[in-house]
Amino acid sequence: MRPIDSEKLEIDMLLDGIHSRYGYDFAHYSRASLKRRLERALAQTKLTRFSELLDLLFHSEKSFDEFLKIMSITVTEMFRDPQFYQAIRKHVVPLLKTYPFIKVWHAGCATGEEVYSMALLLHEEGFLDRARIYATDFNKHALDAAANGVYSARQMAVYAANYQSAGGKGYFPDYYSDGYERAKFKDFLKEHITFSYHNLVTDGVFGEMNVICCRNVLIYFDKTLQDQVLGKFSASLRHGGFLCLGKGETLNSTAIKPLFAAVDKTQRIYQKCGD
Amino acid sequence: MRYAAVVIGVSAGGIEALKILLPALPVSFPLPIAIVQHRDQRAGDFLAACLNGVSRIAVSEAEDKEPFCAGHAYLAPAGYHLLIESDRCLSLSVDRPVNHSCPSIDVLFESAADVFAESLIGVVLTGANADGARGLKAIKARGGLAVVQDPQTASAMAMPRAALEATPVDHVVDLEQIAPLLIRISALEEAYGTAG
Repeated sequence: MRPIDSEKLEIDMLLDGIHSRYGYDFAHYSRASLKRRLERALAQTKLTRFSELLDLLFHSEKSFDEFLKIMSITVTEMFRDPQFYQAIRKHVVPLLKTYPFIKVWHAGCATGEEVYSMALLLHEEGFLDRARIYATDFNKHALDAAANGVYSARQMAVYAANYQSAGGKGYFPDYYSDGYERAKFKDFLKEHITFSYHNLVTDGVFGEMNVICCRNVLIYFDKTLQDQVLGKFSASLRHGGFLCLGKGETLNSTAIKPLFAAVDKTQRIYQKCGD
Repeated sequence: MRYAAVVIGVSAGGIEALKILLPALPVSFPLPIAIVQHRDQRAGDFLAACLNGVSRIAVSEAEDKEPFCAGHAYLAPAGYHLLIESDRCLSLSVDRPVNHSCPSIDVLFESAADVFAESLIGVVLTGANADGARGLKAIKARGGLAVVQDPQTASAMAMPRAALEATPVDHVVDLEQIAPLLIRISALEEAYGTAG
């Protein structure tokens, strides 16, 4: 057996073991980036083989907790892809304003930067008061960080620049209180956000949403799992609701494509037109 | 066919280099090409559009899970790592930067080496850092072919030099010679494959 084949077998065993022991199912994650994360987990534990990692994770919940952190590290920032937020203001906001109450789901919200960006945008557009944002993730540590809404003050200059390019209408520093090296986003934003645990792979639909934002999450899934999760999104969206994906993600060649119309092709904003 | 894919890593001076390399490939070039060009995370898709305009093969930014097809060069989008999956489709990630870079050349090269092994050609061009050295070493370790731009003729020599220090390579050539070399290698080996 070639080393690469034996390695694949070990990864399969590791993922199987994790699924049976902890209920987290990584079988349909994109293998190439999953493998890099597993290698990072190996390096952190100073083990050399994936089969050894299985042994450790199987018997130590604490190690599994650390492992989960590595499995869900992504890099994001407030108003990532400023043009996306401009497109939201242009194409999505006018319709949302016509509803008495709106529900937004940030699926796979990680540490929350993009959730606060959306809350801030809804505030500036004048209807945060009649909105509820559901921010979900499967990583409890990330979710805690998101709920705290405290970020490194050093990031604020970059975020402020993004905010400006995203069409920000106010003065960005007004939205957070500045502490020593930390910036804490204000409570009036947080009051409209519900942070909760949700695993896109194993948990169900989240009903009657006007907007679902799931940016740069599907890239970690294979096509089978992407279709499964997109099916949940489609079932969770109201007719006329919007689905927002990341820059590299499209509905092309997915099962739900016939149900959606592209509102902004470049910014990957789609509207549900069928059932 | 001996070779199945080409991966290219390029950094400082890359736009000019790619404008020489890609237009020199015929539309019939038989191998798919994946490219990591370091650039600002906020850069748009201008580069792909510009290269597509001057090339005979199609050039576009990679979309997640799209098939990796011949006659096409796929550029890692700014701010995303580009990887190849075992079913030979393209995959993106927003994991941490590697070698301070996202996209990172090592990430593309290592994932492609896993999938294509000895059927992969890795090319390291001009650049002012050491990204790609580890990746090229991984390609060689799996039996692939390594091509490096001659550092003397590169607009930034650190990256090709780092690659040469990391691993023995098969070809060190001028930028202008890289496209003809790729055409020759792919055509020759294809003929061998047909005969055998």
